[in-house]
Amino acid sequence: MKTIDVAVIGGGVVGALTARELRKYHIDVAVLEAADDVAAGASRANSGIVHAGFDAPVGSLKAKYNVLGNALMAGVCAELGVPFSRNGSLVVARGAEEEAQLQVLLERGRQNGVPDLEIIGRDRLLELEPHMADGVTAALHAPTGGIVCPYGLTIAAMGNAMDNGARLFTGFEVASAQQTKDGWLLRSATGQEIAARIVVNCAGAGAEYVASLFGDAFFHIGLRRGEYMLLDRAAGDFASHTVFSVPTKAGKGVLVTPTVDGNLLIGPTSVEDEVYSTAVRRPAFGEIKEKASWMLRDIPFGQVITSFAGERAYCDRHDFILEWGKENVFHAAGIESPGLTSSLAIAREIAGQLAKRLGAAENKDFSPFRRSMHWLKELSEAEKNAVIARDPAYGRIVCRCEEVSLGEIRDAIRQNPPARTLDGVKLRTRAGMGRCQSGFCQPNVFHELMKECGLRAEEVTKNGGNSYIITGGEL
Amino acid sequence: MKKQLVIIGGGPAGLAAAVAAYDAGVRDMVVIEREEKAGGILKQCIHNGFGLTRFKESMTGPEYAQRFLDEVQKRGIEVRTNTFVTALSPEKQVTCRSEEGIFTYEADAVILAMGCRERSKGALNIAGTRPAGLYSAGTAQKYVNIFGHLPGKKVVILGSGDIGLIMARRMTLEGAKVECVCEIMEHSSGLKRNIAQCLDDFGIPLYLEHTIVEIKGDERVEGVVIAKVDKEKKPVPGTEREIACDTVLFSVGLIPENELTKGAALPLDPRTKGCLVDGSRETDIPGIFACGNVLHVHDLVDFVSEEAEIAGRAAAEYILCGEREKQLVLTSAGENVAYVLPQRVEKGRDVKLYFRVRSAFRGAVIRVEAGSVQKAYKRIAVAPGEMDNVTLKAADLTDADNIRVSVLREG
Ligand SMILES: Cc1cc2nc3c(=O)[nH]c(=O)nc-3n(C[C@H](O)[C@H](O)[C@H](O)COP(=O)(O)OP(=O)(O)OC[C@H]3O[C@@H](n4cnc5c(N)ncnc54)[C@H](O)[C@@H]3O)c2cc1C
Repeated sequence: MKTIDVAVIGGGVVGALTARELRKYHIDVAVLEAADDVAAGASRANSGIVHAGFDAPVGSLKAKYNVLGNALMAGVCAELGVPFSRNGSLVVARGAEEEAQLQVLLERGRQNGVPDLEIIGRDRLLELEPHMADGVTAALHAPTGGIVCPYGLTIAAMGNAMDNGARLFTGFEVASAQQTKDGWLLRSATGQEIAARIVVNCAGAGAEYVASLFGDAFFHIGLRRGEYMLLDRAAGDFASHTVFSVPTKAGKGVLVTPTVDGNLLIGPTSVEDEVYSTAVRRPAFGEIKEKASWMLRDIPFGQVITSFAGERAYCDRHDFILEWGKENVFHAAGIESPGLTSSLAIAREIAGQLAKRLGAAENKDFSPFRRSMHWLKELSEAEKNAVIARDPAYGRIVCRCEEVSLGEIRDAIRQNPPARTLDGVKLRTRAGMGRCQSGFCQPNVFHELMKECGLRAEEVTKNGGNSYIITGGEL
Repeated sequence: MKKQLVIIGGGPAGLAAAVAAYDAGVRDMVVIEREEKAGGILKQCIHNGFGLTRFKESMTGPEYAQRFLDEVQKRGIEVRTNTFVTALSPEKQVTCRSEEGIFTYEADAVILAMGCRERSKGALNIAGTRPAGLYSAGTAQKYVNIFGHLPGKKVVILGSGDIGLIMARRMTLEGAKVECVCEIMEHSSGLKRNIAQCLDDFGIPLYLEHTIVEIKGDERVEGVVIAKVDKEKKPVPGTEREIACDTVLFSVGLIPENELTKGAALPLDPRTKGCLVDGSRETDIPGIFACGNVLHVHDLVDFVSEEAEIAGRAAAEYILCGEREKQLVLTSAGENVAYVLPQRVEKGRDVKLYFRVRSAFRGAVIRVEAGSVQKAYKRIAVAPGEMDNVTLKAADLTDADNIRVSVLREG
């Protein structure tokens, strides 16, 4: 078996961007992902906030990579065609005690190097966000705060890495690691093998387990679930900024934010877990509504289209772990929030260290560009007509709520990284993410997957594993 | 592209409207349908019971649709399938997208006949996981009846609307076990005959005032937790119980599909979630008409056809004779009435008023007050699941400034 240069374990945003950064050098890289698609963990279900950087403790890795990553985000999103918007963040306070907290955040932010922070009073706040709740008196305004599509970034990063020669192995759950004379032999739960000189552990919630496979046990990963409610696009302009509240005696608040796709997202809650779970608890809805109403009034909760949860994988050090463990094993662990924001800065750091260790030269053929996820929507009518004339499938609408064409569904299945599941198509195209939540388009996407991938009806899944759509057989 | 009449939607409403407009003299028209074939939701409704009122015979959905498709074909009316209307402007420009590209019709008159969609599970705030095996009832119906795939074997259904009831029977006939149907209200919103024929005949329990509070299972559904609800529809602690299943069907309401309507800046009635119309089904914009489930959700297609014919004839009159000065009177929903349609009626014309009651009871009197004219009609029983109607003559409206419909208990 040929030994490759680097095996990245985990196809989350950190793993995907690391693979992409590694391809900027002559480094042979493969991403090993346990699930049937990338963005299976925290990178799928999170707030999608590009944090300004006033939250992390001064001097922490979180603070460093947050501020660096924030500055890099617009550029990488432009290269990869991922929706990003610098909509600005507001941390709101109610009364003097909470306003004192704003001062602390302001001071910390300045020390962390966050630009343009200011504290504003209620009048100015109302100009920025007319739905402020009555008790809100002041806010910290961070104009560099932004929003991004987290799974979009992960998919696009992986796709671009693959277009530049990286390989992706899905359904590859690393279950054992054996040291060899020139690196490590990794074996999956189903017996596939890969040999690599260097291994990067980007396994998110699985990072402690993965570390243990190499004999590293110097950190512990805890789990804290965050639950969300997502509102229809009709409610998307309810708030234009990302609105947080300062932590109070009543606990940590939730945030209210528009998403880059025009929905309104409210959450997350905070629930310690023993076992990984993305279930939404029954009390979550009440909690989210109550905490959101500390900040904003008349939130149109009637327009909820779905709820979901993501699992934060935090480290007992409460900072990122970015360090070498056993020989030639690098751990990127405990990448909790602001991990998404920091992801490119982290990936650059890792790639830089690895390139040095491997003595790799720069890859002059690397192309950083990928066609926008929503390229067709961005065209003028005349341009769309030209596209449809070349391939009529782009004229055929499959998802009515998000206006996604058959051509775009096919692209999702054919392009890197290829979608193999209904959720895979959904994350790439938005088909099924609208107000009808796939009621209309699902059977059509289902049949397109069958046709394109040569699957039988019983083989199509929602998101891999045993998530079969049809379990009652053929009639 | 100029067109005298553009009909958006090729379901039963759009087809009946087209035939009626043709017979009233319009020739330059097109029906636009986003699916591969016209016929709308009826295509997948292979059970019988359609047409009892209109044709005095029991047909399947596809048979009922075929009658209208035949009439459309006989007249040579153009039906553009696989064509998706992306926008409607207040000036009656209808923008379409199809394999032929993006193009716009400049219409003299437009009939909205887009039908309705199912409310999704996501809107219900149900706790738990989001595994495979959760379908809206209509989606499951499409898998079974159009594609011949049985989604699962052990089924719980939430909501006793007609599609949910029909699917309980359908899944049972195809070999699945339907564990129960849960309904949050104290009554089913489905037709009585469907409860008898789809649940009772198969021994499927209907749990009224029950809902699903949690979904279990990581990859595929493994079960649901159901609970009784109190008067505020909140789950009663201690009444939870878990039912194992691999499939959950949601039949939790239909919503008129009015995205295009909103784009044309037409106001909607918060109760019907459809346009405000007069007796000829004309909306707030002269020359734009609406009919069928996009206007208000019907329980019987027979009434959809009837309503569509009114809209079709009126659109023809608008096209051929021009805009008419109308003297309108508002209708209103009185005691125990959820809504009255049309929301306004024209003086000097007969009108049939459709309405839905809020709660079910036996021994009812319908009272209509129109100025000095008062009318009363008896009913053996009324139920929210069954739309009712009364007809008023033009002469009844002469001194009315409002028409109020109430439904009272007898005596
Ligand atoms: C609720 C919540 C809200 C958040 N909000 C924000 C925010 O607003 N802004 C922000 O900057 N950050 C936010 N974060 C943090 C951010 O989402 C994470 O930092 C980031 O997604 C971590 O990416 P990752 O690649 O390290 O991990 P993940 O995305 O979890 O990826 C790890 C991958 O490794 C795979 N894997 C695990 N074990 C194995 C194995 N043995 N073999 C192969 N593959 C394996 C998993 O399947 C998974 O795909 C939030 C996180 C959560 C949970």
